[in-house]
Amino acid sequence: MLAMNYRGPLRVRIDEKPMPEILHPEDAIVRVTRSCICGSDLHLYNGSVPDTRVGMTFGHEFTGVVEQVGPEVRKLKAGDHVLVPFNIACGKCVFCQQELYGNCHESNSQATAVGGIFGYSHTAGGYNGGQAEYVRVPYADVGPMVIPEGMDPDDAVLLTDVVPTGYQAAEMGGIQKGDTVVVFGAGPVGIMAARCAWLFGAGRVIVIDWVEYRLEFARKYAPCEAYDFRSLGDPVVFLKHTTDSLGADVVIDAVGAEAAGSAMQTLLGRKLLMQGGSATALHWAINSVKKGGIVSIVGVYGPIDTLVPIGNVVNKGLTLRANQASVKRLLPRLVEHVRKGHLDPKALITHRIPLEHVSEAYRLFSAKLDGCIKPVLLPPSARN
Amino acid sequence: MEQPRIDPSRVKGWGVDADPENDPTYPMKKRNNGEHAGYTWERPPQQPTGVEVLHSNERPNLTAAFGTSTPPVALSGMIRRLAFKYSESSYGHWLPLMLADRVNAVEGVLDDLAHGHVPNLIDELGWKAEWEHNRKSLVARVAVGALVTSVAVAYLTRKRRDD
Repeated sequence: MLAMNYRGPLRVRIDEKPMPEILHPEDAIVRVTRSCICGSDLHLYNGSVPDTRVGMTFGHEFTGVVEQVGPEVRKLKAGDHVLVPFNIACGKCVFCQQELYGNCHESNSQATAVGGIFGYSHTAGGYNGGQAEYVRVPYADVGPMVIPEGMDPDDAVLLTDVVPTGYQAAEMGGIQKGDTVVVFGAGPVGIMAARCAWLFGAGRVIVIDWVEYRLEFARKYAPCEAYDFRSLGDPVVFLKHTTDSLGADVVIDAVGAEAAGSAMQTLLGRKLLMQGGSATALHWAINSVKKGGIVSIVGVYGPIDTLVPIGNVVNKGLTLRANQASVKRLLPRLVEHVRKGHLDPKALITHRIPLEHVSEAYRLFSAKLDGCIKPVLLPPSARN
Repeated sequence: MEQPRIDPSRVKGWGVDADPENDPTYPMKKRNNGEHAGYTWERPPQQPTGVEVLHSNERPNLTAAFGTSTPPVALSGMIRRLAFKYSESSYGHWLPLMLADRVNAVEGVLDDLAHGHVPNLIDELGWKAEWEHNRKSLVARVAVGALVTSVAVAYLTRKRRDD
């Protein structure tokens, strides 16, 4: 089968690889119909996630048709068209029982700090991902959801990560009616977080980034005020000024490790890889939120130490909330939002690219070329 | 300088999930005190171990299911095995893994060559996308790269005056 093949930092290609097999009685084999490239895949692509091995296939946002199921799979059957959450969750461990499906304790042998994630290095379990024609899906009765009748597959594929992550970012912010919410990052997740902030009753939503076409997209899609931080001087001072010098009620970090804006953070976090990423957005988030406010973190950082002004967290009495989205927990609510037209995920998709052109797709997305917001890879069978 | 504010009442779905109880914030822990029972839940069946799978020393065993992509190999594999002697809380774990990743990239090229495949760097780096959408910058970067390389080669191959 065709599958994306990681060869080292900034190098990926399409190759023939062996078909996946049932390795566990609760496995399913799924023929992929849509597979996105996620902003967090770029951390792998750039070589900044430890234990990302040459030969791995990335991809944790995908839909597909069930081709085969293991002997213990009861709910899914061959032919079901499913959306597959990016979390791999057993459904039985104490954390899954608490609906922390992003923190499963039976899906990642290599690290205890994160549950298993499809195609996301050995630090997240060593599973091949969905940027391929076929993929092995463990615990098939737990995570995958049959795509509801009438739902556009393009909406469905974005319910595997982007929508739940953006929604949970807003949810963790504990937004109250009238709150001012600042979102750092105008990538797909940041844009979705800004859109979802309104659902929780935000009174004002401000997005900060530096990529103008993405800011323009956010202004229309969320809708929101959207600023290029390079035009603001010190973005923290700007945000204080525009909130009666108190700061925002809720600030969301939807950037993570690849943040621009600080030469020191860029050097330590992105060039020398001496931190778990460049923490500029988180630094600004902590400093621009109101005293007693909430900082919600969904941006992805590496596992090693990262420089943030933790003293200000103490002195301002902040609440920090963070997690990988618990996709399974959120899906019923989000499906309802899509059905009612509160959310329009597929509008984020700007590029539909054949799987065979995966290296160009990564470069396009990584370098922010051609107005790219969200690229979707289409395997040959999904194009016929 | 400031942009016009959005009127929330005109945003579709505004406030439908508002909840004054959501303070300090959802998701609140769905507490069942199960964690007090320790590692006692009924585990899923154990996946057979067909390939070498390294596991964190912060857990006693392999998870019931695990990925089998790209087992550790060669020199990078030796470094990874060493890294897994240290906990996730230690630089002794993460820094060797980063080193192993870089070594593994070189091993990947050697493995390609050993199988008679010369990596097509222009394709793997996705430069076609740059050519189509960012040509000026690509040409400038290639020109600078070529210039730096030429100067370096000229310097390293120069004839010394005393030769």
